[in-house]
Amino acid sequence: MGWIALRMLTGDKVKYYGLIFGIAFSTLLIAQQSTLFVNLMLRASAAVWDVTDADIWVMDSRAEFVDGTKPLPSTDLYRVRGVPGVAWAVPNLRQGATVRTAAGELEQVTVVGLDDATLIGLPPRILRGSLGDLSAPDSLFIDDVGSRKLFPNADPVGQEIELNDRRAVIRGVVDANPSFTSGVLLYTQYSNALNYVPGTRNRMTFVLARAAEAKDAPATARRIEAATGLRARTQSEFARDSIYYVAANTGIPINFGLTVLLGFIVGVAIVGLTFSLFIRDNIKQFGALKAIGVTNAKIRGMVALQAGWIGFIGYGIGIGLATAFIVIGGNNSDTFKGFYVPWQVLVGVGIAVLLMVFGTGFIALLKVLRTEPAEVFR
Amino acid sequence: MRDPAISVRGIVKDFGNGETRVRALHGIDIDVFPGELTYLVGESGSGKTTLISIVAGILYPTQGSVRVFGSEIYDLSKNALVLFRLANIGFIFQQYNLIPTLTAAENASVPLVAAGMKRGQAVERARSALDKLNIGQLAERLPRQMSGGQQQRVAIARALVHDPRLIVCDEPTAALDASSGRRVMDLLREVAIQPDRAVIIVTHDNRVFDLADRILEIEDGRMVGDRRPDKTKPLQQELQH
Repeated sequence: MGWIALRMLTGDKVKYYGLIFGIAFSTLLIAQQSTLFVNLMLRASAAVWDVTDADIWVMDSRAEFVDGTKPLPSTDLYRVRGVPGVAWAVPNLRQGATVRTAAGELEQVTVVGLDDATLIGLPPRILRGSLGDLSAPDSLFIDDVGSRKLFPNADPVGQEIELNDRRAVIRGVVDANPSFTSGVLLYTQYSNALNYVPGTRNRMTFVLARAAEAKDAPATARRIEAATGLRARTQSEFARDSIYYVAANTGIPINFGLTVLLGFIVGVAIVGLTFSLFIRDNIKQFGALKAIGVTNAKIRGMVALQAGWIGFIGYGIGIGLATAFIVIGGNNSDTFKGFYVPWQVLVGVGIAVLLMVFGTGFIALLKVLRTEPAEVFR
Repeated sequence: MRDPAISVRGIVKDFGNGETRVRALHGIDIDVFPGELTYLVGESGSGKTTLISIVAGILYPTQGSVRVFGSEIYDLSKNALVLFRLANIGFIFQQYNLIPTLTAAENASVPLVAAGMKRGQAVERARSALDKLNIGQLAERLPRQMSGGQQQRVAIARALVHDPRLIVCDEPTAALDASSGRRVMDLLREVAIQPDRAVIIVTHDNRVFDLADRILEIEDGRMVGDRRPDKTKPLQQELQH
């Protein structure tokens, strides 16, 4: 009976395309908004994932996320190094500053101070320049998105900027994940960074450490906390903390959540209404099938197949459009740099579509099942 | 004496409950024999559609029993009754109830497909059924591309395609003009009547009464007439006696 069910469905072009449009539109809205939400949230942890060598971040005991910390005294670096299980530990500075560009514009930037000797904390992919270039006086590396923001039509390498009233020269470009605020990131040696950012007694933002055994990172972090009273988080823990902080302290989850909910409701409304019209228009035919001897189980199978079919096609179109939006956006705009469609979004939207089509299909089916075959004689 | 194909005994049917209860059938007893074209006639509201629905196994009676080719159909489980209908009963509806998005051949193949036959084989058999009804050339047409008479022939093909032992027709000519109705009934008589098959037609179309082998009359839920028309006389004249 499957092909009969599909022919009944696809033969009524207006309703068929209406159903597919409803699901595709809903899928697009839910998938696109969920993807943007997830990627924006991931940006809250971008700075953490850009540091690939260290697996433990140590910070002030009250720090909650990567851009919300209180500087530490430099002696804390040695306290961390003294904890058993710590292979090495280096200082890291992360602080806001103001840049005046050659065009005279002011731009808020984040200065990241890297351990002078090891440059740990620099994103692994260098697009322009080499590690040695950071050793030159007043040298900075800039992130690729920031370079296009500060120097839209010029080669950033060799450009001089005024950073908190001090001269600095861009000598390289790195491929960094844009931060949540999409601010410009400037990387320099720790000793240089101390000169660029306003001075207070304590200057060090983080201690970046590595456990002697990678698998022992969580236990080592707990030991650091116990020994120093500081907050020590593994890379994944700190990334998660940063995401939770942004999620809990901004209206982003509510706004995106409302849009996703709206997409679902619109989908249910369109699909439910159209499906119910489709069933109503075919109720005599379903009644005739029941009279002829088609069992309720087969009728259920027919409606399930119809629901599954429109769900599959609508989902495919919606996900295709959402993915195209993200891929094209990512390739052509710094706004979407690094954005991708997580598999969890695909699964989540798939579940939403299943609920949508089978929920509305079930309600429409009740009407068919309640139809007495004798009604075709009335 | 021949065994009846259908034995209806003491059928009572009530609709509604309590004060709103209406008795549509008051203890109907009839036998229908194979190899005959049996008409069930009566005014609107007389109970003929209710009775034929009960005989066809699609409406449970309040009281009484219905035996179709030896099976007490209302003793069967619901699912078994559905399968009994699929195997033994062909339906022809007043409004045809063809699926508008299927071709004539596909529509006629529905009972075979429902019984589990593969699509290609079922459609091929349906084409043969359409050929027998002289509409083989319309096999690929959709219902909306056919006249009412042609659609009713497709419905007849659908009723006959699986070779059922009982054919049940509800006002098969009501939606047709006089000549189309006559042709459809002629055709039905020609292809449906078999020695081991019973055919019951509900109608109040007196233009085709002369084609019946037997006429059962129902009035206000009671059987009031059972006659075998003398085909040498105009039927209306006979019914008035």
